[in-house]
Amino acid sequence: MRPPTEVLFFGTCLIDLLFPQAGLSAMRLLREAGVRVIYPRGQTCCGQPAWNSGYREEARRVALTQLDALAGDRPVVVPSGSCAGMLRVHYPSLFAGTADEARAKALAGRVYELTEFLVRVLDWHPKDLGPPLRVAVHHSCSARRELGIADAAAALLRRLDQVEAVEPDHGSECCGFGGTFAIKQPELSAAMAGDKAEAIRSTGAQVLVSQDCGCLMNLGGTLARQGGGPRVRHIAELLWERTHAE
Amino acid sequence: MPSELRLRVESGLGNGRVRVNIRRAMDHLVHKRAAAFPDAEEREGLRAQGEAIRAEALARLPELLETLERTCTGNGMRVHWAETAAEANRIALDILRAKGARTLIKGKSMVSEEMGLNAFLAAEGIEAVETDLGELILQLGGERPSHIIAPAIHKDRYEVAELFGRCFPELPYREDIEGLTAAARAVMRERFRAATAGLSGVNFAVAETGTLCLVENEGNGRLCTSAPDVHIAVMGIEKVIARLDQLPPLLTLLTRSATGQPVTTYVNLISGPRRAGERDGPSEVHLILLDNGRSRVYADPELRDTLRCIRCGACMNHCPIYARLGGHAYGTVYPGPIGSILEPQLQGLDRQGELAEASTLCGACAEACPVKIPIPKLLNRLRWEAVRPDPDAPTLAPGSRRRALPALGWWLWAWVYASPGRYRAISTLAGRLRWLAPRRLGAWTRSRTAPVPAPRPLSRLVEAEGFERE
Amino acid sequence: MPGAAELTVRRFDWGAEEQTARFSQALVAVQGQVIEVGADWPRRVADLLAERGAGRLAFGSEAELAAELTRGWPPDSPVRLVPWAEPIETGRDRLFGEIEAALTGCRGAIAETGSLILWPGRMEPRLLSLVPPIHLVLLDPREIRSTLHELLVEQAWSAGMPSNALLITGPSKSADIEQTLTYGVHGPKELIVLIRASSD
Repeated sequence: MRPPTEVLFFGTCLIDLLFPQAGLSAMRLLREAGVRVIYPRGQTCCGQPAWNSGYREEARRVALTQLDALAGDRPVVVPSGSCAGMLRVHYPSLFAGTADEARAKALAGRVYELTEFLVRVLDWHPKDLGPPLRVAVHHSCSARRELGIADAAAALLRRLDQVEAVEPDHGSECCGFGGTFAIKQPELSAAMAGDKAEAIRSTGAQVLVSQDCGCLMNLGGTLARQGGGPRVRHIAELLWERTHAE
Repeated sequence: MPSELRLRVESGLGNGRVRVNIRRAMDHLVHKRAAAFPDAEEREGLRAQGEAIRAEALARLPELLETLERTCTGNGMRVHWAETAAEANRIALDILRAKGARTLIKGKSMVSEEMGLNAFLAAEGIEAVETDLGELILQLGGERPSHIIAPAIHKDRYEVAELFGRCFPELPYREDIEGLTAAARAVMRERFRAATAGLSGVNFAVAETGTLCLVENEGNGRLCTSAPDVHIAVMGIEKVIARLDQLPPLLTLLTRSATGQPVTTYVNLISGPRRAGERDGPSEVHLILLDNGRSRVYADPELRDTLRCIRCGACMNHCPIYARLGGHAYGTVYPGPIGSILEPQLQGLDRQGELAEASTLCGACAEACPVKIPIPKLLNRLRWEAVRPDPDAPTLAPGSRRRALPALGWWLWAWVYASPGRYRAISTLAGRLRWLAPRRLGAWTRSRTAPVPAPRPLSRLVEAEGFERE
Repeated sequence: MPGAAELTVRRFDWGAEEQTARFSQALVAVQGQVIEVGADWPRRVADLLAERGAGRLAFGSEAELAAELTRGWPPDSPVRLVPWAEPIETGRDRLFGEIEAALTGCRGAIAETGSLILWPGRMEPRLLSLVPPIHLVLLDPREIRSTLHELLVEQAWSAGMPSNALLITGPSKSADIEQTLTYGVHGPKELIVLIRASSD
C-alpha cells in the first residue's frame, strides 16, 4: 500500500489552547515526511471530557461537529493517544444506533495517533542532529493500553542516535491525570502524579516526553511546583528539535 | 464539601504504614503474575478461553443453575436459593440450629462477607470462627478484608505480633512470620477438631457433575469442609460453569492471575456428602445460592460482563488507585476496580456511584483481567447511568447522581464546543486574556502549577506557518 | 452439552522420563519432597519417619497398598503402624492427637504443576491426607499425565465424580503475612512422594 500523500490534522483542544507548539511541531514533522497536512477549520474537541463524565448527549453533540470537520476519506492524524482513542475506539459506541453510526465508524477507521502514523504508516526515520540527551518517556495509558501503540513512540526515540530513552520506575502506571478525575479526586490524582514525578526525576533525564499533553500538563505542573526536574516536551516537539538542531 | 469517599481517600493516603505495606505487596503480586505467564501467546490464548467459558456460562445462566440444582441434589447435597443476604443468613442459621451447632468454622468466603454472616450469627448466639490466617488476623483485630485474595495485606508482621500477643497471651510472643503462622496453627487445631459445622465459599460450581470447586493453600478450607458433620457452601449465582472440562483453564487462570502460582496447594472438588461406607466427610452438604442483586446485573447485556469475574484480585493488584489506598478506603466488601463496577450495581448508584468516578480509566485492570472484563467500559457506562436525564435502566439498583449545576455546566460546555465559531471566539479570547489566567485553580494547583493559555491558539498559528486550512 | 467453548485438551507431549522429571521439579519448587523407591519402599518409609521422630503411621486398612506395607514393614521399626478404619465420629481425637504421619495412594499426578490426584473414599478417608503433620504418598510414575485437563478427560471424570476429589501440590502454606511464604499452616507440614521405580 502506498502511504497517503494528504492527511487531516486534528489538533485537540488541549494543544490548541495550551500547547500549540506541540501541534505545530507535529504538523511540521508530517510535512517534512512528505505529507500534505490540512488543518480542518471546523474542529473543536473530540468530546472526551463529557464522554468520560457520563454526559453522552453532550459528548455526542460535540463529536458531531468533528464528524463534519473530519469528513471525507483522508487519514486523520492526532497528536494525542487519548483523543485518538476517543475518535477510534469510542465514537462507534457513542453513535451506535444513531443516524451517524456509519460516519463514526468510517472516521474511526481513518484515525491515527501521530507516532503511530510516523512509524507504522510512513516508516519515518528522523535524522538526529542534537547532542547526547537522556530522555524519560511516559507513555499515556491510552497509547499504551487502549490503542496498543506505545512501541511507536519508543521506536522513534530509538531512531534518534544521540538520545538515550529511559522509562521511569513503574513506567506502565498511570500518571493520575484522567481528565476530570484530577478534579473529582484531587488527592488521589496528586498522590499518583507526585510518585510519577519522583520516579521521573530519579531517572536523571534532562527531558520528559509523552504522546499526550494531558499527562504532560499534569506531570509538568507537578514537576514545576516542586521545582527543578527535566524539561517537559511533547514527543513531536522533541523530534522537531532533534531534527533541526543548530 | 468532600464526599465520604474522598474523606476515606484522604485518610487512606495519609496512612503511611498501610501505603507502604500495600504498595510492596501489590508490586510483589504484579511481578509474580508476570512471571507466571512467561509466554504472552499462551496467556492470551488462556484468557480468550476463560472469557469464552464464563461468557457461555452467563449466557446460559438460568438453565445452568437449574442443572446445577439437579446434579447437586442428585449427589445428595441440599440446595437453597436466597434472594437477599438476609435470606441467606436465615438459611444458614436454620441449618446450624437444626444441628445444634454453637460454633461455625469458616474458610475464606467473600460472599459470607457480603452477607455480613459473622455479625448476624453473633447476634443469634453462634460464634463464627475465621480459620484462614489472614481472615483470623482481621477477626481478632475487628477489621474487614482489604483485599479479596490477601485479606490482611495492609498489615505487617509487627502489627500481627502485637495482635496475637494481646489475643493469645498463653502463647510465646513471636515477631517472625513462621512463629506467627505456627501460633495460628496451634490455636486453630482445637477448633478444627471440635467443630460440628463448617462453612466455605465456592470458586466454581460445575453444573454438569454437581461439583463445587474450592482452591486454597492453607488446608483450612479442606478442614472446614471435611472435618465437621455439616458443610455449608455459599456462592453467588454467577459462579456456575457448564462442564467439568472447563475447569482446568479457569483454575490455571485463577491461580496464576491471583498469586502467580501454577496451582494452589489444594484444589478441593466436592460432589456431595459422605457416601455409604465412607468413614469421614460431612453427612450433610448444603449449597446456598445467593442472588443479592446479581439478577439485575445479569439482565443488562453489557453490564452482565461484570459477572464473568472469577475473583482473582488481579485488577486490584494492578490498579494504581488501589495500590495507594488499600481496600478499606473503598468502604465496600469488594474493593478495587471490580468493586467499583460491582458495588454501584449491587448497592445503587446513589450510594456507591462515586466509586465509578474514582478511576482514571487507565485500563491496567482490564489488561490484567483473566476473563477480559472491560472494566473501563463498564465504569463509563455506570457514569452515564449515574447522570443520564432519563434514568430508565431497570437493571440497575435505583439512584441518580445527576445534579443541576454540573448538568448545566456540561450543557454550556457542549454549547461552546459544538460550534466551531463559538469555540474559536473563546479560545482566541483566552489567549488574549492570558494575563488574567488564575494562578490558583482549586485542588489542581495544590500540587501543580496552573496551565496558562498560549498567546495564540494552534488554529491561528497554522496559517502563519503556511498550512492549508479547509 | 453444547456450548461456545468447545475446548481442545491442553496437554504436552512429554515422554515418560521428562514427565516424571517435570513432576518432581514442580513439586520440589513448592517444598514437596520426592524420593525414588524400589520394592523395599516400606522400609524407606519406616526410616524416613524414624528420622523425623514420628511414632505412628496411619494408612487406610483396606487401601491397595496396605498389604504390601504391612508385609514389608521392618519389625524392629520404632514407628507403629496404625491401620485406619475408624469412622471420624469415634476416631476424631486419635487422628488429631496421636497420629504423626499418614500414607495414602493416589490416582495419578500432573507433570505441569507437580500435583497429586487423590480420590479419598471408603478405602482412604479424606482426613488422612490432611490432619497428620506428615503426608506420604505412593505414586506409580506411569500414572503421571502432562496436565489436569489431559488427566480428567482421559479418566472420564465427568462420567461420575467421587464425593471428594483433590489436587495436592506441596505441604500446606500461607503468604497472608507480608506475602511471605510459610509452610505448614493448617494442613500437613511435610508432603513426601515416593515414586515407585517400575518393577520390570
